[in-house]
Amino acid sequence: MDRIPILKLGDKLLVTIQVDFHDRVALALQEDLTEKILSAGAKGVLIDISALEMVDSFMGRVLGNIAKASRLLDCETVLVGMQPAIAITITELGIALQGIHTALNAEGGMALLERLIKAKSNRGRTANASKIAGRPPNLQRG
Amino acid sequence: MLVKSQEDRPICKEDDISIVRSSVKRVVALLNFSLVNQTKIITAASELARNTLEHGKGGHALIQIIDDGTGRIGLRMIFEDTGPGIPDTDRALEDGFTTGNGMGLGLGGARRLMDEFQLESHAGSGTKVSITKWQERL
Ligand SMILES: Nc1ncnc2c1ncn2[C@@H]1O[C@H](COP(=O)(O)OP(=O)(O)OP(=O)(O)O)[C@@H](O)[C@H]1O
Ligand SMILES: [Mg+2]
Repeated sequence: MDRIPILKLGDKLLVTIQVDFHDRVALALQEDLTEKILSAGAKGVLIDISALEMVDSFMGRVLGNIAKASRLLDCETVLVGMQPAIAITITELGIALQGIHTALNAEGGMALLERLIKAKSNRGRTANASKIAGRPPNLQRG
Repeated sequence: MLVKSQEDRPICKEDDISIVRSSVKRVVALLNFSLVNQTKIITAASELARNTLEHGKGGHALIQIIDDGTGRIGLRMIFEDTGPGIPDTDRALEDGFTTGNGMGLGLGGARRLMDEFQLESHAGSGTKVSITKWQERL
């Protein structure tokens, strides 16, 4: 079975979708990516779809599911390189691709991932800090 | 209405969906549709081919180059199956209506993406969807 290679780049994974994004290739990618996010401890996934000439409701659903699943695994997804004709078409089709971050190209996508990951670790830190500060005094004694 | 050329493609397994897409892609490029219209047509074809396979239990697609009688050229695609049919076609066309695990966007979406759309189906006697896009006037 054809599988799309997943490259590891630091704490990020890089996926370039090829021209023929068959249904089973799409489903295999969904599986492979979630496994790889865990095994590589990835914090971000960049999916480059610039080679894709169309996205239909099935592919839209798979891309959306990939983003949702990786979010559950504490990992952000950014979709890059969508051709303008595809953006127009999927809007008319009614695919929202909600919750997926996008950037125009791979460079912008990497920068966005970097920011998303940093923002998340900052939020984590402030949350922990306030938890410690807000601890009731009687608990601090024990 | 004159059918100038016609291709008949079976839709019996998953790979047939991408074969239909490739055939349509070749024809839309030949007819010089704008890039946006090419993308819309290929996407609509992909939606209907998948419906033919998944809901219609297989069938075929006719890809036709037609002339409206005044020299205006269009691309017509007819997706036909002998599957279970659609009991309520108005309902099936609503966005979000699905009997499977899809998003329920295929039928309504294909109608929006094309110039003409016809759906004929009755419970128990298969489904025929015909979609047309006319060449842009220059
Ligand atoms: N060829 C067909 N034969 C029988 N039923 C069909 C056929 N095409 C569509 N339907 C019915 O119409 C419903 C709506 O179709 P539509 O393509 O809009 O959505 P979907 O296929 O369920 O999901 P999506 O296309 O968004 O992945 C289907 O769930 C199915 O019940
Ligand atoms: Mg469908």
